[in-house]
Amino acid sequence: MPDLLIELFSEEIPARMQSRAGDDLKSLVTNGLVEAGLTYASAAAFTTPRRLCLTVEGLLDASPRTVEERKGPKADAPQKAIEGFLRGAGVSRDALEERDTPKGKILFAKITREGRPAADIVSEVLDATIRNFPWPKSMRWGNGTLRWVRPLHSILCILSREDGAEIVPLELDGIVAGNTTQGHRFLGAGAFTVSGFDDYAAKLARAYVVLDPAARRDTIWHDATNTAFANGLEVVEDAGLLAEVAGLVEWPVVLMGRIGDDFLDLPPEVLQTSMKEHQKFFSVRNPKTGRIERFITVANRTTADDGATILAGNEKVLSARLADAKFFWDNDLRVAKSDAGMAAWVENLRNVTFHNKLGTQAELIERIAVLAREIAPLVGADPDAAEEAARIAKADLSSEMVYEFPELQGLMGRYYAQAAGHSEDVAAAAEEHYAPLGPSDDVPTAPVSVAVALAEKIDKLTGFWAIEEKPTGSKDPFALRRAALGVIRILVENDIRLDLSEVAFQTSASTITEQLSIIELNRAKAEIKLAVDMYSTVSEAVKEFVEGGRLENLSEIFENGTDPNEFESLEDWLKDALEKINTYIVSRTYSSISRKSADLLTFLHDRLKVYLKDQGIRHDIIDACIAMDGNDDLTLLVKRARALSDTLKTDDGENLLQAFKRASNILSQAEEADGVEYSYGADVKFADTEEERALFAALDTAEATITPAMAQQDFTTAMSAMAELRGPLDAFFDAVQINTDNATVRRNRLNLLSRIRQLCTGVADLTRVEG
Amino acid sequence: MADTPRSFQEIILRLQSYWARHGCAILQPYDMEVGAGTFHPATTLRSLGTQPWAAAYVQPSRRPTDGRYGENPNRLQHYYQYQVLIKPSPANLQELYLGSLEAIGIDMDLHDIRFVEDDWESPTLGAWGLGWEVWCDGMEVSQFTYFQQVGGHDCHPVSGELTYGLERLAMYVLGVDHVMDMPFNDPDAPIPLSYGDVFKQTEEEYARWNFDIANTDVLLRHFEEAEAECKAIIEQEHHDPKSGKRIVMAHPAYDQAIKASHIFNLLDARGVISVTERQAYIGRVRALTKMCADAFVQTRAGGWTDDAA
Repeated sequence: MPDLLIELFSEEIPARMQSRAGDDLKSLVTNGLVEAGLTYASAAAFTTPRRLCLTVEGLLDASPRTVEERKGPKADAPQKAIEGFLRGAGVSRDALEERDTPKGKILFAKITREGRPAADIVSEVLDATIRNFPWPKSMRWGNGTLRWVRPLHSILCILSREDGAEIVPLELDGIVAGNTTQGHRFLGAGAFTVSGFDDYAAKLARAYVVLDPAARRDTIWHDATNTAFANGLEVVEDAGLLAEVAGLVEWPVVLMGRIGDDFLDLPPEVLQTSMKEHQKFFSVRNPKTGRIERFITVANRTTADDGATILAGNEKVLSARLADAKFFWDNDLRVAKSDAGMAAWVENLRNVTFHNKLGTQAELIERIAVLAREIAPLVGADPDAAEEAARIAKADLSSEMVYEFPELQGLMGRYYAQAAGHSEDVAAAAEEHYAPLGPSDDVPTAPVSVAVALAEKIDKLTGFWAIEEKPTGSKDPFALRRAALGVIRILVENDIRLDLSEVAFQTSASTITEQLSIIELNRAKAEIKLAVDMYSTVSEAVKEFVEGGRLENLSEIFENGTDPNEFESLEDWLKDALEKINTYIVSRTYSSISRKSADLLTFLHDRLKVYLKDQGIRHDIIDACIAMDGNDDLTLLVKRARALSDTLKTDDGENLLQAFKRASNILSQAEEADGVEYSYGADVKFADTEEERALFAALDTAEATITPAMAQQDFTTAMSAMAELRGPLDAFFDAVQINTDNATVRRNRLNLLSRIRQLCTGVADLTRVEG
Repeated sequence: MADTPRSFQEIILRLQSYWARHGCAILQPYDMEVGAGTFHPATTLRSLGTQPWAAAYVQPSRRPTDGRYGENPNRLQHYYQYQVLIKPSPANLQELYLGSLEAIGIDMDLHDIRFVEDDWESPTLGAWGLGWEVWCDGMEVSQFTYFQQVGGHDCHPVSGELTYGLERLAMYVLGVDHVMDMPFNDPDAPIPLSYGDVFKQTEEEYARWNFDIANTDVLLRHFEEAEAECKAIIEQEHHDPKSGKRIVMAHPAYDQAIKASHIFNLLDARGVISVTERQAYIGRVRALTKMCADAFVQTRAGGWTDDAA
């Protein structure tokens, strides 16, 4: 059984694409081989910056010979039918066999497919793999038409057996597959031939190439941590950077360098980001002080001077980079510490668009400030502090540092807010109001941060709902699902009670209405001025609006109550028309946004279901709670759902649910048959069995617990009291026939069931719970 | 082993002779204000169409927003790029490039040269390509790109483009920390001149003009005029009634596109272009370059033939 070795040797492959490319090479080739009948024992892919490699061990020498029997037409079928069958089966007439069957004489063909040598199959499969390789971005080069991630230089493709290696015949766009490759671009000593994977890996290692990316990562991390440790320092972990750096080198050599003294006072995050983003350096920290004092760079080679020249160069580049960062930092601090403080940056945000339908960043800040103030008392924050924080939270977007390193937004805001003399609470909000960024990111807990974080997200949701930019399917360009989850987590994890519809959505709707109205009003004004310029009389202009539909759905304003003769001049009419338009737009926009807030709440409920599902609470249980009043208070909703979920997990709870459903079904059927609603007046004096009287007593007891518990929103107590009804209710159903001949007793029993239904559905809408 | 050059101009001269030796036509800078060497028609237009091409040249480039009054050690509003364009890209372009680094005195045995992914895109040229920034000891010394599309046209064959930031590269080779301290001519010349002797004053003058003085009304008008002229040139009949020849005026039109692009950069430096307007301006320049590219492929140099017509 031969082993297959493939190497695709190219110019430098982007680091971020290598790992995926290795996986793709492996699956495309092995799937292709297996489809063609060539099975194998094992396969592994490796990548370096210049090569994709695949080794397949224990491949079949050839695909097996297969024989297929195919049933054809009757022996006396028209000649044309028989010829068609022969063509389809690829056999000749004399190869057909005639057999007697119950349906008469039928022709059968035996189609034999000879096995094909492995080399032929590999050649075809690799050809197709290269031509259809799923690179995220690919290119052409020179005169050719072949596409690859960067110019492809050579293909090594051999099948090796004990008696030697066979080159698989393959040619693509002038590249002929062979058995040679080369080592490191600078340290290697030219091309060499290989006879199999072990030989290949060994010769590569001698030519200064570590083939396995995992081995390169290990070497880098091991050497980096050792070097740092020897100096009493530690490397800041960064798995993404490690993988990237391992994709930039074939022969990793770790070097530790110094950061100029001038730069050691920069915030550590700035040092780290600048070194990582621009230079792909690891940060090296002093564990005693937490300061970043050195860096680790990974060179792609050894040198005669042990990397001294390389390190000196890297230190020099870093100094230039950090000089830029320090320049930004100093400039920004000067602004923050000036008399105007961060206000100058906010002013600048008037020119920065947030979204073309939702205004500028400055307008966004205005809205968040109003909303944060409104929310503040409900989350235990000082309204003045919340508003102050909201007004500066996004100021750093104008700073030079954030312009250079957008990923430092918020964090720089915190530093600058501190420098500008804002309180620690307010400064923290600048950083924390973006949180949580992901499902595992921490939620803010400080009240001021919470107020601003909620305001930011609620404004975003209301705003995008107002302009009908909701997420659809997999498309969520404005990360609204993330914002919704953020709102949910901040509220629930901080145990915050907030009626979203009444408080948050309303305030948010007002601020957004104001802005959207201004935008629409300006558009209307432009239209109307244009029309007034075109016509010379009021009646003509009005006619244009009413009949011409110039302002689409605004024309109705002019249809009613506009008497052209009422106005002395066109200008008078214009003034009146604009006033009317203003009122109309504002009220229409507001009511439209308010209407959308119901839809937005449903969206939040859907996200809440996803959130709670991860915590083991079923969606039908959540539905049972959403059906209750006050469902815009998500914390309350979650409490109710958790209590219900817990109750239903108990034996009593589960059985109560069954009994409740039975009661509810009997009641609904009776109500439907009798055409009345049984809702009042069950009286113990009409009870004539012990079980019936016991149920009355149990209901009284339960009610005495449930009513005050519900008033205090103590769902756990209410629900366990409810679950205790299970015994009396089961006994009642066992002993008592509801539909008796005595109409009074029957009515009384139905009213009793109604009492149960009322009591239970006051806790949660159990009719929605499945099972 | 390569010996180390002693001045900025020696590095330029060595690049010129290296690429001349490797078959490039050594062209002179384009006589217009451009933001980068790519704008030279020897790159933008010549990368279009099927005709083979190999050219190298120095291109003075202007980026008004990068002005720092000559004080920043690395930033200039006027600087030099060295540009090489070869079509079709030869298979050994990386080796040729590394040879050029050796030619200017970079010892391949001591330095760490890396090709780090950096895809190139020019929104104003409607162009993009794949390639790398080339790092020498962590410093970006060149941009290396295989052009895939220019002016909205797919490149067939593909051109390989090399762009060297000359000041930065030279500072590294010469071991200079501040650009103004870099020897421009030989330090032992009777009259030794530093980069600062040549350019410190102009950096100050232009920084002031770019940031504070340039008359934005005039610039806005010039932009409109260049745009209109470009369109007007393109709209002309291919047949020239006077000479009786078929003359497609791709280059004169392209000059106007270059002009519009540079004026846009100046307006940007003056801070009078808002974020939203910015996109619109870039779109207008791109539309002009696209028209010029369309026109160029209608010329002989762009691959047009009587037969194809």
